[in-house]
Amino acid sequence: MEPMSAHAATHHAPPQGFIRKYVFSVDHKIIGIQYTTLSLVAAFIGMALSWAMRIHLGWPDAHIPLLSMFSPNGAPGGLMTPEYYLSLMTMHGTIMAFFVLTAAPMAGFGNFMLPIQVGAADMAFPRLNMASFWVTFVGFVLACATFFIPDGPPLSGWTAYAPLSAVGTVAGPGQGWGQNFWGLSIAVFCVASLLGALNFIVTTLDLRTKGMTLSRLPLSTWAWFINAWVSLLAFAVLLPTCLLLVLDRLGGTSFFIPAGLVINDQLQPHSGGSPLLFQHLFWFFGHPEVYIIILPAFGIVSHILPTFIRKPLVGGWKAITYAMIAVGTLSFVVWGHHMFVSGMSPFMAMVFSVPTLFITIPSVIAVLIWTFSLYRANMRFDTPMLFSLGFISLFISGGIGGFFLAQPSTDSYLHATSFVVGHFHFTMGLSAIFAAFAGFYYWFPKMWGRMMNETLGKVHFWLSFVLVYCVFMTMHLTGFAGAVRRYSAFVDDFMVPLIPTQRFISVAALLLGAAQFIFLFNAIWSRFQGPKAPDNPWGATTLEWDTTSPPPFDNFGGRQITVYHGPMEYDGEASVMQTSPEVSVAGT
Amino acid sequence: MATSLHEPPPINARGLADYSGNGGGRNFLPADGDLRAVQDYPLAPAKTGIWVALAAITMSFAALTSALVVRQGSAMDWHHIPLPSILYLNTLVLLASSGTLELARRRLARYPRKLESQIAVGMRWLVITASLGLLFVAGQYVAWLRLKSEGLYLATNPSSSFFYVFTGVHAVHVLGGLWGLAYVISKLKRSMLGRNTFVAASQYWHFMGILWLYLLFVLWMKL
Repeated sequence: MEPMSAHAATHHAPPQGFIRKYVFSVDHKIIGIQYTTLSLVAAFIGMALSWAMRIHLGWPDAHIPLLSMFSPNGAPGGLMTPEYYLSLMTMHGTIMAFFVLTAAPMAGFGNFMLPIQVGAADMAFPRLNMASFWVTFVGFVLACATFFIPDGPPLSGWTAYAPLSAVGTVAGPGQGWGQNFWGLSIAVFCVASLLGALNFIVTTLDLRTKGMTLSRLPLSTWAWFINAWVSLLAFAVLLPTCLLLVLDRLGGTSFFIPAGLVINDQLQPHSGGSPLLFQHLFWFFGHPEVYIIILPAFGIVSHILPTFIRKPLVGGWKAITYAMIAVGTLSFVVWGHHMFVSGMSPFMAMVFSVPTLFITIPSVIAVLIWTFSLYRANMRFDTPMLFSLGFISLFISGGIGGFFLAQPSTDSYLHATSFVVGHFHFTMGLSAIFAAFAGFYYWFPKMWGRMMNETLGKVHFWLSFVLVYCVFMTMHLTGFAGAVRRYSAFVDDFMVPLIPTQRFISVAALLLGAAQFIFLFNAIWSRFQGPKAPDNPWGATTLEWDTTSPPPFDNFGGRQITVYHGPMEYDGEASVMQTSPEVSVAGT
Repeated sequence: MATSLHEPPPINARGLADYSGNGGGRNFLPADGDLRAVQDYPLAPAKTGIWVALAAITMSFAALTSALVVRQGSAMDWHHIPLPSILYLNTLVLLASSGTLELARRRLARYPRKLESQIAVGMRWLVITASLGLLFVAGQYVAWLRLKSEGLYLATNPSSSFFYVFTGVHAVHVLGGLWGLAYVISKLKRSMLGRNTFVAASQYWHFMGILWLYLLFVLWMKL
């Protein structure tokens, strides 16, 4: 078929008005900054929630003045009820998992950097891109709105297990409109993630510039590309799950609510639904979700490391990329390991346990690639490098805990303890946050055209690194001692002796949060007062460093981009830009 | 650290053929220097994008299907319900719309080199396709009314719940396809239709037909 029209091209001139330029912008760079800012706001809200929880865990009788303003019922006089503790926990998990960890490393940095790294002028569907940000924004507003409705936020956890999440107000405060808002917020977030994933995939496939073969893609682009596929398939399952949950709540159906269910002495008018069905559907999304969070972190760190060790990663682009593909693929067959203790036959437990142990193989390969690459490297310890090393350390520490949890026998003891809390905060929470910080310090000059303060950055790193271990390694220990998670106070005999340890965790968590204000100050101050950034401050080789800081509207100022090399052309002080026709120094 | 800036290498399209990735050659530099205008030209992203979107839709319906199978086996409360016979008529209507869309494609295949009259005929087939699509959605609505008149509501039984969910979610996707057809028609009216826009919209529309055949089979077998 011939082209139907020779005039199909539409002309995008740089927008002029403030609204088109900075608010409803179709420019991927502005959208990336919008996502990053949204995630930062969400991260500080999520952190404030964890502060309230930690204060309550350490000092159960403490009155927290601001809380009574938010919820006179949930925290009368500032003393939170056990139900309100669960509400705060639910919203901490929801905001952090979806609006921070899923959004920042992928949608934030990915939107800004991916089109530039492949040499394109924008995403494949700029208007769809704008839509995905604003839909995410609506989802975030809906999630935050739960704090201001009379009932308060839901208390069924970020996993919203049915039937608790499906039956309505009888299950507790927040289970009425709070849970409805939650379901709607997550459904909306699914739509936004699907649109975003579509854009990432098509941009990587179709908009690469001349010479940008798959083997020359920067590793961050590879990670975003693989991750877009995982997101696409996982969020496509969560969306209908949210639909069925909302229908159970508002439409009177019985997908997830079993027959004869009595809650608070009230027989529920439902029949024959399966709570386990919800768990299967949720975790079919939920386990890929933890890799959706960590794969961009893999990519960001693999992208940053070669710049600061001044040599290619061991195994070249192939080893790390194949490891990421293996992790992404295996992530779809391990979801049952979240359900070892929720009614699973021993045979099925084994079926899910084996791939769970297998998925550690590509993860370990990735870790070995990063650590072996450090061997005899001429390292530069700038802040992005420090956070990358911090990521590797946290990922290893958390990953070792994973061996205990992948075994059904040890998991049945540890599953409901704070061991799990420590484990997932290491592996997916703080690891991804550290990688996001690495990305933030690394790309800040490109995104805003100014350098961040190195001294403050290093102080921020060391405080965060030490305190993160104080908080979450200690949680592993309290977990071994039997500290039950999701409890708002430790009153059982065996948990009372742990209270001093809980106070240590709380103090460390408060300090850890305080240290983040150093980062916030550094970011805001540098944005306006930092020294002007050169085009390529780190001596890197990928396309984003081959344009001005910040890049012009069409990314390369109308320049034709041709790529001659892979992304890891480093040999000590020497390096070759991907666009340079010079001879390769690293043979990649 | 020093800023490293390199002069852009000279462009030699033939010599670079060996180096090119998939995107190689698409990124021609236009006379006025605006890259965005040119990247829209072949509109290949629309064609790739539709396959990616269809993968996501397939995954959603696979999840719903597995939910149906598990839910049916999880308790003894499943009552079989007869499918409203109008569904079979609706199926014919939707399949016919795929046929008329193919007729439209043939008329428009040589556009813009074809005669004006051919384009007018193509346009007519497009309008007929969209009308058949609307008729299908209306027919599905009649099927819901039929169920309602038999006292089968959303919450009556898990089987009726799944009937409404399957047909409802499919109808929403068909409405999306109708929006796509309307977009194609409006572009064609203004002589601005890109080939890949048309291909993407028609692939989506054909997929709606295939998806409906699958859903009908599942409903017929399970309900």
